[in-house]
Amino acid sequence: MYEDKIFTRHRLINLAIIITAIWFTWFAQVTFDEYTVRIINNVAIFIILAVSYNLINGVTGQFSLEPNGFVAIGAYVTSILIVDADTMLYQYDIEDPSAWVLAMQADFAWALLFAGIISALVALSLSFPVFRVRGDYLAIVTLGFGFIIKILAINNPQITNGSLGINDIPEYSNLYWTGGIAIFTVLAILNIIYSKYGRAMKAVRDDEDAATAMGINTFKIKTLAFSTSAFFEGVGGGLLAALLTSISPDLFTFFLTFQLLIIIVLGGLGSTTGAILGTIFVMAGLEYMRFLDEPMSFMGIETDGTPGMRMVVFSLILILVMLFAREGLTGKKELKDFFKKKKADK
Amino acid sequence: MILEICNVTKKFGGVTAIKNTSFSVKAKEIYGLIGPNGAGKTTMFNIITGNYEPTSGDIKFHGQKINGIKPFKIVHRGIARTFQNIRLFNSMTVLDNVLIGFDYQASYTYLETIFRLPRFFKEERRVKKRAFEIMEVLGIAEYSDELATSLSYGQQRKVEIARALAANPQLLLLDEPAAGMNPQETEELAELFFKIRDEFDITILLIEHDMKFVNKLCDKVTVLDYGKTIFEGDIKDAIKDEEVIKAYLGDFKHA
Repeated sequence: MYEDKIFTRHRLINLAIIITAIWFTWFAQVTFDEYTVRIINNVAIFIILAVSYNLINGVTGQFSLEPNGFVAIGAYVTSILIVDADTMLYQYDIEDPSAWVLAMQADFAWALLFAGIISALVALSLSFPVFRVRGDYLAIVTLGFGFIIKILAINNPQITNGSLGINDIPEYSNLYWTGGIAIFTVLAILNIIYSKYGRAMKAVRDDEDAATAMGINTFKIKTLAFSTSAFFEGVGGGLLAALLTSISPDLFTFFLTFQLLIIIVLGGLGSTTGAILGTIFVMAGLEYMRFLDEPMSFMGIETDGTPGMRMVVFSLILILVMLFAREGLTGKKELKDFFKKKKADK
Repeated sequence: MILEICNVTKKFGGVTAIKNTSFSVKAKEIYGLIGPNGAGKTTMFNIITGNYEPTSGDIKFHGQKINGIKPFKIVHRGIARTFQNIRLFNSMTVLDNVLIGFDYQASYTYLETIFRLPRFFKEERRVKKRAFEIMEVLGIAEYSDELATSLSYGQQRKVEIARALAANPQLLLLDEPAAGMNPQETEELAELFFKIRDEFDITILLIEHDMKFVNKLCDKVTVLDYGKTIFEGDIKDAIKDEEVIKAYLGDFKHA
């Protein structure tokens, strides 16, 4: 059947992309220098965060400002689980760590899974008050939620070592971990989008009343999208902690959420391809524009180094993108839609 | 009796939108709910679909009380609707729009979705096949990959009906399906509804203004005016009824 042919062709292309991504992860880890690997690690973690943030914000259309809260939860849960008891006793200066904090130990993989599950459970409990009503309450509540997590982290030194944060976290994150989990996350999110759940999420975004009238439990769908986002953000937070090797409450401010918001809006709200492109564009772009901060000579004009110059240029680029591509780089389209469009034009 | 409306009253603050209305719809009937603007017809639809709760009175579906049940659960029981102003999912293709109706019928879990287990493929294939069958009946299968909003008004109307049919209803509620259509399209639509009723074995309850359309299509009608039932019975008698004429054209005696 014609349908099945398209199906297999898409699957072959998908398989090729996945294999290329896995190969690139391995290749980058083996060949590139430490600096480049670190940037790619960062990009991979931000792909996890952006793609999952996009699920609630872009696909389900519920404006939410939650990532920094869940990233913080994930980072702290992972750190507590992978830092051994001696290291903890040594660095917890404000108050001695609680017995259960010392007792909790797990391998990195289990720690990440646990971080995700805790985040998802917190998201689930937030859903009940928030999704009972419609409107922008989710944005308000999640904005406050980020601050609450920060304050909780500062004021519970027996668990989190307060504002000193946790240091000497084993540096487990390498490209095998970050790249592998990024690939899994993108696949999982795409699998959700191309299923009845994803269709229902888009339906909720487009017209919530009509979705209800078609038998969709909109509360359940929103909760599902929110918890899934939180799960992957928790995992991403764990990876971030094991990459940075030290975390503190100040690390997970609203600025993190803001950066992710820029990424998904720039990439195209609602498009996973867009979220990935946006991440690469913003993260790698900011890194490689560092030369702008340095002294340079341009057409005979010598300038001193201006710290922050790259942010000015970056903002200009953002404004230009928003002016000429109002829906972001990709709009709501995914990679496969671009191929389809080309075919239709012929 | 598939649907029974028993003494339903709906008040919004001081305004009585529906006053003590009763009627019942037999299985496989095409039943009309007519009346001038503001008569309470759409309010009645919203009560049947669970969006409003009646102030007093009951709605019975297959003899079971359904008022107070959440709207999406009423759909699962077998009542689907269309809207007066077409409300399609704008960013989705025609096929995806129709597939939304199958949401509660595709039985795979979230984990099966994420890991793409066999049941996912089996169910998706079943549901898509069924969606194409419905689109075939309505003559919109060829547009399956286009954005729903890129179609003409008449086609969009059909997509909306296909979406409602996908929810596998026994009772289909149509809110002014012929609004904004020319006489020829209206004619075709009437034929389509007979076809739908026979093919899918369903009962249709519709709101309509076009009396010619109602006359052709409906077996029985209820006429509402300012929330009151002023006529119930055969359509042939309704157009001769003095009160109905008065409601539609005004009272000549005092003119």
